[in-house]
Amino acid sequence: MTTLEIRGLHVSVDTPEGEKPILNGVDLEIGSGQTHAIMGPNGSGKSTLAYSLAGHPKYRVTGGSVLLDGEDVLAMSVDARARAGLFLAMQYPVEVPGVTVANFLRTAKTAVAGQAPPLRAWIKEVGTAMDSLRFDREFSERSVNEGFSGGEKKRHEILQMELLKPKIAILDETDSGLDVDALRVVSDGVNRAKATTGTGIMLITHYTRILNYIKPDFVHVFVAGRVAEEGGPDLAERLEAEGYDRFLSAV
Amino acid sequence: MGISTESRGSRLASFRLADFPFPTGREEEWRFTPLADLAGLLAGDLAAETVIQVQSQAGASSGPSAGLARTGAGKDRPGRGEAELDDGEPGEVGVRVTTAGRDHPRIGLAPAPGDRVAAAAWAASESATLVTLDATAAGSLTVVRVIGGDGSEPARPSATHLAILAGAGARGTVLLEHTGLARLAQGVEIILEEGADLTVIAVHDWAEGSVHAASHRIRLGRDAHLKHVTVALGGDLVRVTPHIELAREGASLDALGINVTDSGQHHEAQLFIDHAAPNCRSRVAYKGALLGPAAHSVWIGDVLIRSQAEGTDTYELNRNLVLAKGAHADSVPNLEIETGRIQGAGHASATGRFDEEQLFYLQSRGIPEELARSMVVHAFFAELIGQIGCGEVEDALKVAVDAKLDQRRNTHS
Repeated sequence: MTTLEIRGLHVSVDTPEGEKPILNGVDLEIGSGQTHAIMGPNGSGKSTLAYSLAGHPKYRVTGGSVLLDGEDVLAMSVDARARAGLFLAMQYPVEVPGVTVANFLRTAKTAVAGQAPPLRAWIKEVGTAMDSLRFDREFSERSVNEGFSGGEKKRHEILQMELLKPKIAILDETDSGLDVDALRVVSDGVNRAKATTGTGIMLITHYTRILNYIKPDFVHVFVAGRVAEEGGPDLAERLEAEGYDRFLSAV
Repeated sequence: MGISTESRGSRLASFRLADFPFPTGREEEWRFTPLADLAGLLAGDLAAETVIQVQSQAGASSGPSAGLARTGAGKDRPGRGEAELDDGEPGEVGVRVTTAGRDHPRIGLAPAPGDRVAAAAWAASESATLVTLDATAAGSLTVVRVIGGDGSEPARPSATHLAILAGAGARGTVLLEHTGLARLAQGVEIILEEGADLTVIAVHDWAEGSVHAASHRIRLGRDAHLKHVTVALGGDLVRVTPHIELAREGASLDALGINVTDSGQHHEAQLFIDHAAPNCRSRVAYKGALLGPAAHSVWIGDVLIRSQAEGTDTYELNRNLVLAKGAHADSVPNLEIETGRIQGAGHASATGRFDEEQLFYLQSRGIPEELARSMVVHAFFAELIGQIGCGEVEDALKVAVDAKLDQRRNTHS
């Protein structure tokens, strides 16, 4: 059983106009096997939360704490966070020309597992995971994310999640830009990972559409850099009906 | 001479050494080069004693890459100095390798030397290695090795001249390798006749202490296509000056370059792409990595589109990865256009450190920073090597580039 504990998290970015606070005291707790939907209007700081947890150098933590099973995540390097069991499926995955998907996946798995996976079993596992995500196997020999369509990039992110088997996965708007079929395929992948490895999921989304496929246990409404309201799956239904206006006018 | 406001096309070019005064270092073509290191090569008193071996094999896609993979086998043709190479018995169909006098009708057809070292090399080379490919040379690979000393004695300033002549419709690849210890002034002339399609790859993997100035002088005929690749890995100073004249309508050039430059090394490429005929195309992509604090690289890309060169389509790119504080990359694109009726003309130059987003992405998957950096820099070159189009040379080059990069990682970390 793993717990990610976020307490009073404050994060700023540097802008030409000076330091700009984005997160203003975020409190969240996510356990193994749980799915937490983080919902909120554009600009509320959802992606900043995701990238801050992964350790992106652009974001400066100015207060609060993040603990993974009691270990101080904020003190870890980006790669150490991943090895500790955190995973971020990015909204805009980065192209790395010249590094093949096959090489990238094997190198990442070796780093996270602490040893190289047995080759034969690994190739089989990758192939099976690609098939179930309807991700053509020939992508193995292509450069990481280079020339991938939006949907292919998202499948590639979920493929990595399935193979790296993180304790906690943060999915940053994985649903954006996906058509209905792709959304189902990607959601199935997330549900598989949750079922087989008990991954705790932080599902960041603007829309409720993906929640038809990935059922949240908890819903957190994110406004102006903090959690404004929390509830069960019924909260998402209310948001679907009412929108975010109620929260925005209260700010 | 040597004033940067002058047209590139009016700069002095001559086969006569006496036409070139000793450079002061202020001239445009010399201002980035450590002239003191070239002293012996500027004098014009050069020996002709570098060993040249020529090996030719058919089918670029089969058989070992001779020198790069160190598994060379086949018809070696060693020759010392002016020693005669076999005449009349080509290694493979359509490829003939001979030694020819400087007055041979097929020698000296390329544009004239553009600097004093190039003129000195010409003056000292009374004979040349001549590689000719005819229309039956379809996809052959010819390996020419220029081998310096083994380091048991200091290298004497010396000169060689190589001429590569691809006849009408010839297709093939010539791999030119340089190893050992040398102080060498070299002329390489490359002539492509109508419709020829040739790849020339010059790999400079000299031993430490070597100094090499290579003047590549190239003329492309009607509808000819040349892929020209230069790779600088070893040596203290390697200066390659490709002068490529797109002389007839429809000629096409892809010029690729790689340098992996460590502390104490100076790797320089000065290109002059001369669009002298209509509807020609040129693409230049040079990439360099600077590994150590006193590494220095120079890239100059002069592109001239003459008034008659309507319909020209040209683009040049130079990218440098600076991996150590104190390392220095000079990058100077120049575009000179004498006609407005062109397809396109552009250039890009970027020198910087790592792409932080790429590093973040790899690290966010658990890959340690040092390994992530290594993957990014290997990938930086793999992308360019992949454009060479000759599988075995590509593989061997990846190994050689990786070895140089890893050697640095082991010594600097």
